[in-house]
Amino acid sequence: MIDLALWKRLAILFVCLVGLALALPNAFYSRAERHNDAMTAIERGAVTTPEMAEDIAAWPEFLPSGVVNLGLDLRGGAHLLAEVQLADVYESRIDAYWPEVRDTLRDLRDTVGTIRRQNGPGDALSVRISEPAGLQAAVDAVRGLSRPITSLSGVGQQDIEVSGSGDTLTVRLSEAERAAIDERTLAQSLEIIRRRVDEAGTREPTIQRQGGDRILIQVPGIGSAQELKELIGTTAKLTFHPVRGETRDPNAPVSADQILLPDIDDPERFYILERTPVVSGDDLVDAQPGFDQNGSPSVTFRFNPAGARIFAIYTAENVGSPFAVVLDDQVVTAPNIREAITGGSGQITGNFSVEEANRQAILLRAGALPAAMTFLEERTIGPELGQDSIDAGQTASLVAMAAVVVFMIASYGLFGVFATVALGINVALIFGILSMIGGTLTLPGIAGIVLTIGMAVDANVLVFERIREELKTARGPARAISLGYERALSAIVDANITTFIIATILFMLGSGPVRGFAVTLGVGIMTSVFTSIFVTRLLIIIWFERRRPKQIEV
Amino acid sequence: MRLKLVPDETNWDFFAWRKFTFGLSVVAMIVAVLAWVVFGLNFGIDFLGGTTIRTESAQAVDVGDYRAAIAPLGLGDVSITEVFDPTFAEGRHVGQVRIQAQGDAEAVTPETIAAVEEALRTVDPTITFPSVESVGPKVSGELVTTAFLAVGASLVAILFYIWLRFEWQFSVGAVVALFHDVILTIGVFALLQIRFDLAVIAALLTIIGYSINDTVVIFDRLRENLIKYKKSPLVDVMNRSVNETLSRTLMTSGTTLIALLALLVLGGDVIRGFVFAIFWGVIVGTYSSVYVAKNVVLWLGVNRDPKKPSDAGTQFADLDA
Repeated sequence: MIDLALWKRLAILFVCLVGLALALPNAFYSRAERHNDAMTAIERGAVTTPEMAEDIAAWPEFLPSGVVNLGLDLRGGAHLLAEVQLADVYESRIDAYWPEVRDTLRDLRDTVGTIRRQNGPGDALSVRISEPAGLQAAVDAVRGLSRPITSLSGVGQQDIEVSGSGDTLTVRLSEAERAAIDERTLAQSLEIIRRRVDEAGTREPTIQRQGGDRILIQVPGIGSAQELKELIGTTAKLTFHPVRGETRDPNAPVSADQILLPDIDDPERFYILERTPVVSGDDLVDAQPGFDQNGSPSVTFRFNPAGARIFAIYTAENVGSPFAVVLDDQVVTAPNIREAITGGSGQITGNFSVEEANRQAILLRAGALPAAMTFLEERTIGPELGQDSIDAGQTASLVAMAAVVVFMIASYGLFGVFATVALGINVALIFGILSMIGGTLTLPGIAGIVLTIGMAVDANVLVFERIREELKTARGPARAISLGYERALSAIVDANITTFIIATILFMLGSGPVRGFAVTLGVGIMTSVFTSIFVTRLLIIIWFERRRPKQIEV
Repeated sequence: MRLKLVPDETNWDFFAWRKFTFGLSVVAMIVAVLAWVVFGLNFGIDFLGGTTIRTESAQAVDVGDYRAAIAPLGLGDVSITEVFDPTFAEGRHVGQVRIQAQGDAEAVTPETIAAVEEALRTVDPTITFPSVESVGPKVSGELVTTAFLAVGASLVAILFYIWLRFEWQFSVGAVVALFHDVILTIGVFALLQIRFDLAVIAALLTIIGYSINDTVVIFDRLRENLIKYKKSPLVDVMNRSVNETLSRTLMTSGTTLIALLALLVLGGDVIRGFVFAIFWGVIVGTYSSVYVAKNVVLWLGVNRDPKKPSDAGTQFADLDA
């Protein structure tokens, strides 16, 4: 006979109520959102203003206040997919080895002869020695420079691989070191992008790593992808190089350990610099806009102890020679060193405007991006288009729901009403779960909900049709109902598991809106199985117990 | 009075015309593949790389003027289309400008986009650009791979699950039906030259999900009836199973189609392609559950006596006659 233990009934009821409570804030979206924004601001330490107090009061404290995040296609904003140029990092990493390699080999001058750096692929350091016989000694000596890797995965491995052939010695980064660099660079880039985007104070940005070398950045509410790119900046990389000469020839020949960089103000003026910087922006701890003694805008910076020490030693040894401050591959200024700078701080003066000085300081403070980025994908969606999509989606969902309800009631009468109630609870549960897990609703996601509305009745239909059949053979309506649920179960389970497999695959392989669709579809499958197996059954049982009908019509 | 899509008792012979219906499916698939090969798919920027700019203006979209304005920029293949939608208010004109990927640039440069926007503003000063999307060729190439992978992985996963739950003949039948649905949907997109983008791939997967749902329900009944009616020929058991589940099949397809129809008409033009794919897929999927999946199982035969070794194809060979 049909029967359902009391605790089961209570459990079903409880799940429905929790789902409804979680879904409730979505019905008052702007209120709940204002409440949440004010709460976040206060948590971050903002002073409570009367407006904020009002916003908080707009939504009762005791109710859940989480709302479904709206995807970019609904809220409007910008989307960027950036690829971090890891090869650049390899290059500068291997480049940093040159001074050490040079000094080591110079000490071995007797066996290896004179040394010369060769031009070659950027990720390898090639050195030619004049005495090929001493190659093995050179290789061994340089190998001695390698350091063990400290990352978790690379334990026990060295950071460089040294090989020699003929008269040339080649230093390369080891696989493990590359992996460690990838990891570090991505983590650092993510952190810096996050800081810069946060400084702009936008709501709920998504900043995610994707695959080996990509970063996905989605910022709702920002005007365009271009604006977002400017905000992130491309590199703002600060380095200090010894100056070897000046020229006006953009094609001036330079040796392998030198680079030619243009002046920031005078594009026809070029500096010949040592390729390996003395200190880089990595050692920077602070940067502030300010004014120099002549009253023109400048940027003041300060190094960390390590940077300060290197800087002090270098300036003390090179008093009187020029050195260049390079920002994003342009020479900002190349003054002569007047005295040793021991305090670890300095000032960059160029022809900055106040705004420029300010911007540079922000970029320097936020930290240089460790590597340049190229943008593989850019999308801008205007807020009006998003609102249009929300409106269209809403109308369509309501119409769809109404049509399905009419169709169900026309087909199954009272049982159709039960299914309708279950359908309502189903949609509420979808929103409740999405709010709870912080899911994002996208336009295809709305389509997913509509599709779920259509398909959610499927399990009910399976059961109802089965009850109809059982009514023809079974003894009494109670038996038919019970058999109907029992026998329809295997079909319901198989059908939904297969659809769920698809939703999982979509989630794993999809991105952005498609992933949003996969989430709503997956959640929708779970809730629809729950509502049609448990909720409608509970409704039918309660009705059945009260009425005790001798005959039922499904 | 109840709405009944089918009479309570049906005993239609779904398999009397099986050579014809299966033949029809084969022909439809050939046509679809031909359309795919001949017309090609109207790939969106997700798969080709390039930029789409959505324009909106109070003035009517004059494709010729737009084209003339953009032509001097020398951007290669530029397609300009006007977008129509029943949900647009009076005096709202929406257009779509698509620019192909420029050389091997990772994404179209902001300067190019700015130049195009500037050029369009000279034609129509009131024009606005509600959305601008660029995808670099590198990403688009990967998206194609991922899309194929997703569809392939789904088919394999289904094949495996059905084999686990039923028998291998069923899983072959189900996957052939799914393949049929996917091919026909791609064919329609090729034939009507509807834009084929990443969302459509999601739709294809959804179709697979829906169609398998339908197929499994009938299989489930078939499995039950095979035990119940041990002596009847397979074709009769199948007919019975399809008839018994017919009402449910049509109810579910009906409600889903009603819901999708609302979305198709009222959901806006942005997701129309996506919704259309699912809508079409539901129709094809319902058809294929009966006429493709079952036919394949019928031809393969089912081992109905677990003690006997399976010699599928010979045991019920007489049914094919």
